[in-house]
Amino acid sequence: MDDIRILAPSDLDTLIAELRERGFRVVGPTLRDETIVTGDIRSASDLPRGIGDIQEAATYRTRQRDDDAYFGFAAPAQSTKPVFFPSEEVVWRGKRDHDQGGHFTAERDTANASPVALLGVRSCDLRAVQIHDQVLAHRQFKDVHYTARRDGTLVIAVACGVPAATCFCASMGTGPRPAATDPQTGQPSYDLLLTEVIDGDTHHFVAEVGTDAGRDIADAVAASKGTAKDQAQAIDITNAAAASQTRAIDRNTVHDVLRASAESSRWEDVANRCLGCTNCTMVCPTCFCTTMSDVSDLAGENAERHRVWDSCFSANFSYIHGGPTRESLKARYRQWITHKLSSWEDQFGMLGCVGCGRCITWCPAGIDITEEAAALGRMSGLGSTASAAST
Amino acid sequence: MTTAPVDAGITDSARVTDSAPGTDSPDPMVPRRYAITKVREDTRDTFTLLLEPVDGPPLTFRAGQFTMLHAFGVGEVPISISGDPRGLDDDGNPAPLEHTIRNVGAVTRALVNAPPGTQVGVRGPFGTTWDVADAVGNDVVFVTGGIGLAPLRPAILDVLAERERYGKVLLLYGSRTPDDILYGAQMRRWADLNDVNVQRTVDNAPYGYKGRVGYVTELIARAGFDPRSAWAFVCGPEAMMRPAASSLTGRGVPASHIRLSMERSMKCGIGLCGHCQLRELFICVDGPVLDYARLEPLMNVREL
Ligand SMILES: Cc1cc2nc3c(=O)[nH]c(=O)nc-3n(C[C@H](O)[C@H](O)[C@H](O)COP(=O)(O)OP(=O)(O)OC[C@H]3O[C@@H](n4cnc5c(N)ncnc54)[C@H](O)[C@@H]3O)c2cc1C
Ligand code: SF4
Ligand code: SF4
Ligand code: FES
Repeated sequence: MDDIRILAPSDLDTLIAELRERGFRVVGPTLRDETIVTGDIRSASDLPRGIGDIQEAATYRTRQRDDDAYFGFAAPAQSTKPVFFPSEEVVWRGKRDHDQGGHFTAERDTANASPVALLGVRSCDLRAVQIHDQVLAHRQFKDVHYTARRDGTLVIAVACGVPAATCFCASMGTGPRPAATDPQTGQPSYDLLLTEVIDGDTHHFVAEVGTDAGRDIADAVAASKGTAKDQAQAIDITNAAAASQTRAIDRNTVHDVLRASAESSRWEDVANRCLGCTNCTMVCPTCFCTTMSDVSDLAGENAERHRVWDSCFSANFSYIHGGPTRESLKARYRQWITHKLSSWEDQFGMLGCVGCGRCITWCPAGIDITEEAAALGRMSGLGSTASAAST
Repeated sequence: MTTAPVDAGITDSARVTDSAPGTDSPDPMVPRRYAITKVREDTRDTFTLLLEPVDGPPLTFRAGQFTMLHAFGVGEVPISISGDPRGLDDDGNPAPLEHTIRNVGAVTRALVNAPPGTQVGVRGPFGTTWDVADAVGNDVVFVTGGIGLAPLRPAILDVLAERERYGKVLLLYGSRTPDDILYGAQMRRWADLNDVNVQRTVDNAPYGYKGRVGYVTELIARAGFDPRSAWAFVCGPEAMMRPAASSLTGRGVPASHIRLSMERSMKCGIGLCGHCQLRELFICVDGPVLDYARLEPLMNVREL
């Protein structure tokens, strides 16, 4: 039988202290400027206790819940993406030799980063980390910074009980309860999986052990034994969460729908609404595009090369001498959604969207990926009629 | 609410971070240093840089591959290697690394204007190759224009190194004006010494110009080769490659016997930055050299 434990809310502090004691940098959801973001967690008081969220197209708000839930919200405004893949990173530093004008040295930086413990990572975001592993670490060439930061990550996931209106992970097969193993690597997805149970007077976490490391942590915080009934209750919670989701993408047809839609008249329509602001790509947990920027001092003696997040929505993204290859907004929107929902599968063997809904929440124009995918499905005649977008 | 939280929760100290443990593993994003030994002026705006490694052995490459060339403090751009893949010069001596560069903007200007002795950063070689050996036993048609001859030169040298194993070898070359003809003397040598049928044309010519005026695609229509078995290697701007490839297929060359080198924005050269994507292709690693059979449907969609 699966190893099930029960944690009391008061055990969270012990858990965090234990992780810190073991040398982990603990990262999880925390409240900043009335927004739930992913940040450093030093104690349970850093968690957004009693805070919920309201997410809709172009709307994000936090709200006071009427209970003390620690994880009573959906996907944080930012995912764990910047933890392993910061928005800006020094790739190398160079120094020009004073006496020999044209000479320089190039050095990689050395700094020791602690292994990360992801506390309270959601199923969608956990799947996004697995996808980033394929994109950034399991390729012919690797992002060595990402690989180093990912080394030794401990995952204490939290299954979702309260999806936002923007969530559609159930239709993408990425949540609200994480799969036990990473389908690409076969490795366990999490060390511990917590489900928060608030039922009348009881408030506790059902902890499902995924690895020996997870068991060790559960033992260290002296979590009591749970039963199959506790696990069934946890699964009921995520089943209800899945059933409550109203947005969906038909993941079985969407690849072919996008493949067939390159010349669709829908692009004109969406380009009239899209502002090209790049928000969707900045909040997307799977987007990985970057550019390089050279930062040098006034004398040009010291220079650094930075890798910074970029976006296929920015006008210069496809710039070559003579002009960008994707000049129009319709071509840029087409690139974005086609990459997410179609060509990603050809490149990496899975879709590039985990259904977290952030691009819907943070689009100032309220453009909805599920709605666009459904419209393209209808217009191409290849979409499933079950695609339940909100139109 | 219009600004998305980028990495709002991550502490400043952790934001612009340096690399984590394992710093001894080679990072394909960190360049090797090469010193410029010579800058040769080829045309009014095109120069060939000869480079020697500052430390370590010279890199080996195959025809069609490119490097990321870095001008210190200015930036880094993809440039094809234009030298001989055997690493030898015309006299059989070890040759410096060659790149032929058209001065079109900030980085290329810094590269071609650098005095000899200047060090530049080199990453690579990256990308797919022309693989001319697939054409052994058959006619070979090189179709190119302007600076596009530079990325093809290693492939031409591969054919000439084993000239007797190929059928007819044609080089169809177009340039904007007679002043923009690249490697002019070398093309004459290939024609005179290596049995290469070199045909040239210019888009615009001054009054009294004796050569052919017109587009390179017009040369394809008349060139003498066996279309059913010939192989074609095409390099130039997309606006030239598209009609060139369709004239070739029009004459009966199978799309799977036509290879093109694609240009896209490239920031990493190793499949990570996403800039070079063309639908499912990362042009930097799946290309730049690709089959027309694969490219045709992609090239026919505007702004893909
Ligand atoms: C595979 C490949 C092989 C190439 N081979 C050659 C060659 O052999 N000879 C040659 O002369 N040119 C070659 N090019 C084109 C060359 O890379 C561009 O001319 C060069 O990047 C222009 O940079 P710039 O700063 O001088 O010009 P600008 O037009 O001023 O560019 C400004 C900035 O835009 C960006 N930019 C422009 N073009 C590109 C690009 N293709 N990729 C990434 N960023 C870009 C750079 O950041 C650049 O600094 C090749 C391109 C590719 C993709
Ligand atoms: S495309 Fe949108 S819904 Fe999908 S993973 Fe990215 S932000 Fe989330
Ligand atoms: S959607 Fe755009 S920004 Fe995101 S990974 Fe794809 S190309 Fe890059
Ligand atoms: S150049 Fe970066 S992915 Fe191709």
